[in-house]
Amino acid sequence: MKVSMDWLSQYVSLEGVQAEDLAERITRAGIEIDSVESRNAGITTVVVGYVKSKEKHPDADKLNVCIIDAGQGEDLQIVCGAKNVDAGQKVPVALVGAKLPGDLHIKKAKLRGVLSQGMICSAKELGINDKLLPKEQQEGILVLPEQTEIGMPIVDLLGLNDQILDFDLTPNRSDCLSMLGAAYEVGAILGRDVKLPEVQPVEGGDAASNHISVTIEATEACSHFSARYISGIKVGTSPLWLQNRLIAAGVRPINNVVDITNFVMLEYGQPLHAYDADKLNNGAIEVRMGREGEVLTTLDDQERKLDERMLVIASGGKAVGLAGVMGGADSEVSQGTVNILLESARFDGGTVRKTSRRLGLRSEASLRFEKEVDAAAVVPALNRAAELIVRYAHGMIHEGVVEQVVTEPQEQTLQLSLSKLNSYLGTELSLLEVKTIFARLQFPCGDVAHDLIEVRVPTRRGDITRDVDLIEEVARLYGYDNIPTTPIEGATTPGALTAPQRLRRTIRHLLVHGGYQEVISYSFTHPDKNKRFPQLRGTHHDVALAMPMSEERSVLRTGLVSQLLEIASYNRNRKQENLALFEIGMAFFSEEEKLTRQPHEIPLLGLLLTGRRQPAQWNTSAERVDFFDIKGALEGVFSYLGIQPQVTYKADQPEGYHPGRSASVYLNTGTQELRIGTIGQIHPDIQREVDLEDTYVAEIELAPLYEQVNGQITYHELPRYPSIQRDIAVVVDDAIPSGDLTASIRESAGELLESVHVFDVFKGERLGADKKSVAIALVYRHPEHTLTDEEVTAVHDGVLARLSEQFGAELRK
Amino acid sequence: MKGDFIMSETVQMKEQLLTLKAEALDVLEKVGTPKELDELRVKYSGKKSALTEILRGMGKLSAEERPVVGQVANEVREAIEEVINRKQEHFVREETNARLQAEKVDVTLPGRPMPQGGIHPLNKVIEELEDIFLGMGYRVAEGPQVETDYYNFEALNLPQNHPARDMQDSFYLTEDLLMRTQTSPIQIRAMEAAKGQAPLKVICPGAVYRRDDDDATHSFQFHQIEGLVIDKGIRMSDLKGTLLQFAREMFGEQTEIRLRPSFFPFTEPSVEVDVTFTKKNGERVWIEILGCGMVHPKVLEMGGFDPEVYSGFAFGMGVERIAILKYGIDDIRHFYSNDMRFLKQFSRI
Repeated sequence: MKVSMDWLSQYVSLEGVQAEDLAERITRAGIEIDSVESRNAGITTVVVGYVKSKEKHPDADKLNVCIIDAGQGEDLQIVCGAKNVDAGQKVPVALVGAKLPGDLHIKKAKLRGVLSQGMICSAKELGINDKLLPKEQQEGILVLPEQTEIGMPIVDLLGLNDQILDFDLTPNRSDCLSMLGAAYEVGAILGRDVKLPEVQPVEGGDAASNHISVTIEATEACSHFSARYISGIKVGTSPLWLQNRLIAAGVRPINNVVDITNFVMLEYGQPLHAYDADKLNNGAIEVRMGREGEVLTTLDDQERKLDERMLVIASGGKAVGLAGVMGGADSEVSQGTVNILLESARFDGGTVRKTSRRLGLRSEASLRFEKEVDAAAVVPALNRAAELIVRYAHGMIHEGVVEQVVTEPQEQTLQLSLSKLNSYLGTELSLLEVKTIFARLQFPCGDVAHDLIEVRVPTRRGDITRDVDLIEEVARLYGYDNIPTTPIEGATTPGALTAPQRLRRTIRHLLVHGGYQEVISYSFTHPDKNKRFPQLRGTHHDVALAMPMSEERSVLRTGLVSQLLEIASYNRNRKQENLALFEIGMAFFSEEEKLTRQPHEIPLLGLLLTGRRQPAQWNTSAERVDFFDIKGALEGVFSYLGIQPQVTYKADQPEGYHPGRSASVYLNTGTQELRIGTIGQIHPDIQREVDLEDTYVAEIELAPLYEQVNGQITYHELPRYPSIQRDIAVVVDDAIPSGDLTASIRESAGELLESVHVFDVFKGERLGADKKSVAIALVYRHPEHTLTDEEVTAVHDGVLARLSEQFGAELRK
Repeated sequence: MKGDFIMSETVQMKEQLLTLKAEALDVLEKVGTPKELDELRVKYSGKKSALTEILRGMGKLSAEERPVVGQVANEVREAIEEVINRKQEHFVREETNARLQAEKVDVTLPGRPMPQGGIHPLNKVIEELEDIFLGMGYRVAEGPQVETDYYNFEALNLPQNHPARDMQDSFYLTEDLLMRTQTSPIQIRAMEAAKGQAPLKVICPGAVYRRDDDDATHSFQFHQIEGLVIDKGIRMSDLKGTLLQFAREMFGEQTEIRLRPSFFPFTEPSVEVDVTFTKKNGERVWIEILGCGMVHPKVLEMGGFDPEVYSGFAFGMGVERIAILKYGIDDIRHFYSNDMRFLKQFSRI
C-alpha cells in the first residue's frame, strides 16, 4: 500500500514529522516500510505557462515556435516539437535554469536558428510514470486544466511536494489497505488523534428504492450489500487534486465517477462499484453464485467463463459483474452515463479469493475483499462516494440506502488481565500505561475488576480476537526494545543428541577424516533415475509430486546412488575428476500405488569413489581407485561402530552394477542376516551414459546399524604369552571366495587362533588356469601358557586338512 | 764386552722403538682413508707389526733391562694407538657428515597428503547451531519430510485459505500430503510426544520445500532450524535473552539484536530479529536472520498444552541464509550443485 504523506496528513497531523523518521517508527511498531520515495523526481523551476500563440518553425516542419506567458514578466519564446501543443493551452514550462528528472538542465538554446527560452514538458519529462496517466495524457506535452493559475510551480500543482511510504503489509494487517487504517496506525504511534472525513450526503428526489433493488441469494458469500441511486450525473475528467491522489497511490485516473470510487476505496479500504443504472434490468441487483455456461465480459474486455463456485452480481438473470473482483463491460460507467447505481458490499473473502484465483484475475478490490473488509465501513464509504460524486460529477442522490444485511457487524469485547500481560512479556507495565496504549489505538477500554480490563476492539481490526492479540498490540506500541532481556527461569534441562543423531554425526566425521567430501543432493529426481538401481527394500512404489516443476524433479528419490552419480558427473564436467563423496540422506518409497498415508522415509548412507586415490605427486603415483577402496571405507565405518564382525559381503549382481564387482552387504542382527546395502562398481553402460570413469558406490541403510551399535567398551587384558605365526599359501579354484577360506580356518582352528588374514593373492600360468594362490597369515596364541610347536602343529595340520577337504586346497611349498 | 754388547742391544732396541714411533706417527698423521688406516693399524699395532717384532726380541734382554725397554715399548704403543684412535674417530665423523650431507631433502617439496574430506557447509552450520542450543539445554527433534496438511498447516494455525496452503506454493503429493514447507510441524510432533510434560526445549533442523523458481536467492529445497521452549511462566523477555545469547555465540560477543514486530500465524506476538553484522568492507549493518514469537495459544492447545497454564516461545531461521551471511556466499544454488571447488572451501575449521 502506497501511502502519501500529504494525503495521510488529511486524517492525522504529521506536523514536525519527517518521512524517514516516521517510516522507521512505523517499521519498529510492526509494519515494514519498504521504501520512502519523494514524488518529485528532481524538478526545479517548472511553472504553469499559457500558450499565447503557436507558429510553424521557419526551417523545420516538425517544430513549432510558441509564445508563452509563464508569469515571468516577459513572454518567452519556446520551440516545441510536440504534436499536441496549441495556442490557448495551459502547459508545464521548464524555465531557463530549470532541472528535470534524469539530471537534465534547461539552457537557453537556438533550435535551427530560432531562440528557445525553455521547454514545454510532457508528463514523462516531469518524472511521472505514464502508466498512471489518463490515456489522453500519455503522449505529447501535458495539457493542464484551463483554469490553472499561470506561473504556479508545477510541483505544487501536481502535488509533487509529497513523499510516499510503501507499507509492506503482513496478512493480518489488511486494515492498513486504506488511508484511514494507516492514519489509525500512525495516530497510535504518534499519539495523535484521527480525523475522519465528514460525510453528510444531501439526498433529494424520490426514494432510491423506486429505481433500484437488491436481493442477496448467496447469503453465505455476501453478508451485506448496500446501494445508492444517483441520477443526472455528468461523466468527465476528475479534478486535478483527485487525479494527484490516485497517481500518488499508484492508481490510474479514468473518469470522475470511477476515480471517486477508487479514491474512496483507498480512503476507507472498502471497494465500491458504480453501474450504469440504465443498463441494468430495472435497476435490480441479485447477488448469487455463477451458473455453469454463463459468460461475462469484464471491464478489461475479456470474456470470462463463470461457474458455480464464483460469486456474481446479476441483473435480470444476466451476470453484470464478478462480485468483489471486477465489473462487467456492459454496465460500465461511460461518457454517456446519466444515472448510476453505486455499490458498497461485503463479500466473503474466501469466495472472492477462489473466484479471483480461478479466473487468474486480481484487482485492487479482490485484494481487499480476500482479506475481509471492515463491516462498519460499508455504508460510510457508500455515503462518502455518493457525496463526492455529486460534488464532482453533479447529479442527485436519491433518498435512502437500498440494502440487504445478512449479518450485522459486531464489535468484539475482550478481557485482559494486567498480570498475565506482564508475565507474558516479562514487563512491569502499570494499568495506566496499558490503558494509554489502548487509547492511542482508539480501542475503548474500562476496568472490570482488579487486574482485569475490558477492551472493545473496533471492527476494522478483525485480526484481534484473543487477549494475546491485545498483548501484542501493547508490546509493539510499548516497543520491543523496551522489553527486558532475561534468562529462562525454572527447571534446567540437559541438552543431548539421541543415539542415532550422535551416530550420524560420528559416521559423518569419520568419513570426512577418511577423505570423503559430504554432499547434499535434491530429494526430487527423475523417475528413470529411480529405476536405474534396485531399491534396498525390494520393489515399492515411487512417491510422485502432484504438480512437479519439471519431470527432472517429479518423484522423491528412492536411493542416493543416482544423485551421487549426478553430482560426480557435474564435477567431472568441471575437471574435478578424483572424487570421494558421501551423503547421509533420506530415501522415500511407499507400498501403496496410490498414496493415502505418509510414505516410508529411511535414512541412507551413500558413498561414491571415482578417479584416482590422489593426484600424482613427485613422490606418489596417481593410482586408480578400485572396489577395495570403497569397501575399506565401509569396513572403517563398521569397525568404528564396533559391528564389523557382524557384517558380511556376498557377491551379487544388482541391476545397474558391474556384475563381477558388486556385492550385497548383510548385517547379522542376532536374529537374522539382514540385507542392509549394496556395494560395487557402476555398470560400464551407465558409466558411459553419465560420462564417468570407473566409479564405485555403496549404499547402506543406517537404522539397522544404529540398533546394533553398543557403545560399551570392555577392556581385554594384554596377552602375557607369545604368539606363534604360521603363514600358508594354498592353491584353490579361482571361484572360491577368500572369505570362505578364512571362515573355514576360523572354524577349524578353534580358540587357539587369534587372527587370520589374507596377505597375498596371485594368479599365474604356473598355477594352471582358473586357479589362484592365496597366502594367509594365521596367528596362534594361548592365554595361559606359551604354546609349544607341537600344540600349534596339531591344530594347524587340522586347518590344512580341512582346507584341502573343503576346497581342494593344495599347500604350496 | 758383554756389557757393551748388552748395552748396545738395549740401546739398539730403544732406538729401533723410537725410530718406529717416529716413522709410525709420521705415516699415520698423513693417512688419507679409513682403508689406509686399517692397513697401518695392522702394520703398526697388529700381531704382525714391527712393534711386535721388536718386542719379541725382548726375550734376549736381562731382567733389569727388560722393564726399561718395556716401558719405552708401551709408550710407543700408546702413542701409536692414540693416533690411530684419533684418526679413526676423525674418519667416522667425516663419514657421518658425508652421509648427513647426502641425505639432505628439499623441505619445500609437498608432503604426502593426509586424507582430507569435508562437511557440507549446510551441515557445518546445522551442527554449529545444534551445538549452541545443546549447550543451552535443548534436544534435537526431527520429523518426516512428507507431512500431512494437519501438521504442516492446521496445527500451526494457518487458516484454510492461507496463501501458503495453495497448490501453487507447496509441493503436494495428494490433497492431504505434501513436502513440508517449514520445520514447524516437527514442533507440533515434539509437543505431542511431550504429552503435556514441561519443560520442553527442542530445536528442529531439516530440509523443507517450497515451489520457487531457483535463482541466486531462491531454492525449492532449503533447510530450516527452529526452536521451541514451553514451560510455565515463559516470557517474551526470555525469548530476547535466548536470542541474544544465541546471536553472540554464533556471530561473536559484540553482536547486538533488534526485534521488530511481525506476523506469523503460529505466534503471538510475532517478531522478526535483526543482528548487527559486519560486512566485508567493515560496515556494521542490521541484518534480518530469524522470525520468532510467543507460541500462539491455539498452537499450544493443539500440541496438548493448556495455554492458561503454559506459555512458550518459538523461533526459526533459514540455514542457507545463515551460511550465506557467515561465509559471504553469493548464490544459494551452490549448496545443491555440490561443486567441489565450492565445497572444498569449507573443509577447514
